[in-house]
Amino acid sequence: MDALLNSPVMEMLSDPVLYIGLGNGLLLTLEVAAISIVLSSLFGTVIGAMRYSGFPVVSHIAATYIEVIRNLPQILLILVSYFVLGLPGKWAAVIGLTIYTTAIIAEVIRGGLNSVPVGQWEAARSQGFSFLQSMWYIVLPPAVVKMIPPIVSQFVTVIKDSSFAMVIGAGELMFKGQILAGKYWRPSQIITIYVIISLTYFAINFAISTVARRLQKKLSAGRGSIGN
Amino acid sequence: MTELFERIGFLQQGPFSVPRWEALFANMDLLWDGVLVTLLVASLGLVLALALGTVIGVMSASHSKVLRGLARAYVEFYQNTPLLIQVFMIFNALPILFTGMFIPVIVIGILGVGMYHGAYIAEVVRAGIQSIGRGQLEAALSQGFSYVGAMRHIIIPQAMRVVLPPLTNQAVSLIKNTSVLAVIAGGDLMYAGDAFAGRYGHYGPTYVVVGLLYFVMCFPLARLARKLELRAKEA
Repeated sequence: MDALLNSPVMEMLSDPVLYIGLGNGLLLTLEVAAISIVLSSLFGTVIGAMRYSGFPVVSHIAATYIEVIRNLPQILLILVSYFVLGLPGKWAAVIGLTIYTTAIIAEVIRGGLNSVPVGQWEAARSQGFSFLQSMWYIVLPPAVVKMIPPIVSQFVTVIKDSSFAMVIGAGELMFKGQILAGKYWRPSQIITIYVIISLTYFAINFAISTVARRLQKKLSAGRGSIGN
Repeated sequence: MTELFERIGFLQQGPFSVPRWEALFANMDLLWDGVLVTLLVASLGLVLALALGTVIGVMSASHSKVLRGLARAYVEFYQNTPLLIQVFMIFNALPILFTGMFIPVIVIGILGVGMYHGAYIAEVVRAGIQSIGRGQLEAALSQGFSYVGAMRHIIIPQAMRVVLPPLTNQAVSLIKNTSVLAVIAGGDLMYAGDAFAGRYGHYGPTYVVVGLLYFVMCFPLARLARKLELRAKEA
């Protein structure tokens, strides 16, 4: 028992610096992820709508953006934001994540809108619905149900990928973990730090995925198979 | 012509100046080595991911509660934690498990992306299996097909149509995610590019070319995935 209490792992676990460091890292992770999620939802909706619109130039610009960005690694975009655009660490992470996530969300939005058969549009318009009314009452409800799972899983990806900001020393959870691993360098201590960090990410992401699954079930209940 | 170049400031100075491009093109062999490592890690990682994904996918579609539970736990853990921390775990845990053995960084990369994408592929395989009604297998068996024959001629061809598009997308993600190796000095394309860019500050041209190389590796696969998706929809 004494040996266990005096073990290097226990020594580390009784050091408040561990919790302060990881706590601050977690706050920055959540902040970076939240800002990126909000920004990329906005831009993704705009670019997805541009792509869906089918207007010649507008649609092509959106398609090019989507195709180029989603074939690049997330780390590269964070590095570009930091070293080429010269943004400070936190904002380089936000912009790098936003550039990438915008492309993915745009594609999801286009796919969701496309999944609603054209006949539904035509039927709505022929019944005297305006463009906006058809969109709001007829097309969006089934489309949104389809969009929720991929968009939420993309949000989870943003939280996970924000860990790549470690490479630019932005000071998020993963980076703080590395710093602590410098102080508590024994293998048992390092592994313990990584287990704590993993469980932290897991708790957040698993909660989000679970809520999303419930939400989707609730929304799709009683919707039948029309438009799905 | 040279005089003209000298007068235009941004061609001589700044992040995208001509000398920086020249320096990069004189050292392209560094990036080509990185491409080779990336392709090696990606292809072996994909083999591992497919193997793990098939086993775990079949487990999560099985009737045994224990097998399903194990498969669920694997998928949820790997899908809800960052690849980066998984790689660091392997990086630190392997030397403890195999003391005294030298483990190349490439192996860590292959295990990292293989186990991570294995979880995603398991979900694809599960969905593929569940997309085919049980009646189909029973019908095939009652018509005198053997189990293997029924799988080969009836079940797998149909499941493939469902499974191939998301599998191809997983391959694209896997190639991009090998860039995580850059963080542990894995010698892949992202690492090679970052190391070169960092040494002389030639970030602009290097990242453009690195991005182009990733794009060239990923874009054809992404197009293939789109084509397969359309074909699956028509069928």
